[in-house]
Amino acid sequence: MNIANIILPFIVLIIVGYGIYKQVAVFDAFLDGVKEGLTMTIQIFPTIIAMIISVNIFLKSNILELVINFLNPLFNFLKFPKEILPLAVLRPISGSSSLIILDNILKTYGVDSFIGRVASVIQGSTDTTIYILGLYYGSIGIKKIKYSLLVGLMADISCIIIALIVVNILF
Amino acid sequence: MVNYIWAFFIITGIVYAFFTGKTDVINSEIISSASTSINMILTILPIMCLWLGLMNIAKESGLLKIMSNNISPIVKKLFPEIPKDHEALGLISSNIIMNMLGLGNAATPFGLKAMKSMQELNKNKDVASRSMITFLVINTASVTIIPTTVISFRVINGATNPTDILLSSIITTILSCLIGLILDRLLYLLWRRNYEYR
Repeated sequence: MNIANIILPFIVLIIVGYGIYKQVAVFDAFLDGVKEGLTMTIQIFPTIIAMIISVNIFLKSNILELVINFLNPLFNFLKFPKEILPLAVLRPISGSSSLIILDNILKTYGVDSFIGRVASVIQGSTDTTIYILGLYYGSIGIKKIKYSLLVGLMADISCIIIALIVVNILF
Repeated sequence: MVNYIWAFFIITGIVYAFFTGKTDVINSEIISSASTSINMILTILPIMCLWLGLMNIAKESGLLKIMSNNISPIVKKLFPEIPKDHEALGLISSNIIMNMLGLGNAATPFGLKAMKSMQELNKNKDVASRSMITFLVINTASVTIIPTTVISFRVINGATNPTDILLSSIITTILSCLIGLILDRLLYLLWRRNYEYR
């Protein structure tokens, strides 16, 4: 029962149906859009390759383990469940790696455990900040991003704190 | 700043690997990264083409305008710098709707087009505009009503009720997005005071 399985066909039906109703040359319009998609993908390719190289070198060096060990005492002091920490650190940097971590957490601590639920909520209610900033700004050639990264990371931290509180109250 | 962030990831990664004696891992990673990005482009390409094709139909039939007019009260408040009838508002709305439905892949093409459209309004092409930052806050703090990927992972791992996290997830996503938007406003005001009216 994947909800996306119903939503997607429905959206396509509405768009094409409304187009025909408004007497738009739907096929031609679709082709024009596809051409735009092609050029746009080629435009973002340099950004993607640059980001994957730098993020992967960073992740594969295992430096995050050092960061997590460094943060551990602080989080123990704050009574923050340290099982969540790897996910919290990785979530803003890499979407696919944080999914793997989520899967590990669900397998190790149980899907219906407190930790498992908090991890699911964190993964589901925020997006990969670094990737989005890099991709969206890179695609239009923005170099000075002002306070973007700061807001993005602060929002991520607040998301983790809220997830802990909300799951604590609701379960 | 983008330059520094990019270099930061590479330099700290390589230096740390050097000290921990894991340079061979990094060596193979540098080589495989290039092919990983080709794979990524190949997964993105059909999605971009499909959704921009559909969106073009929606644009020509006026559906995009109807949609942006309907969520406009909120979106217009959030983006005071975008003129009322500008295409960017419709694209931003579509991106938000796709994210809400948990269709992150479909949200990206709309998001990229929205950025392009906001760049046309941007006076200084090198510097992020206020609207762009607000838009990215909405995207990174993404309001996701149905987190489809997470639910499927919970199904695979045998949850008794995979969707029991929905309420917590909805509350969290809305609250964190609100906090993000408040922070965005505050930082915008601070930034303007400190850097733009010297």
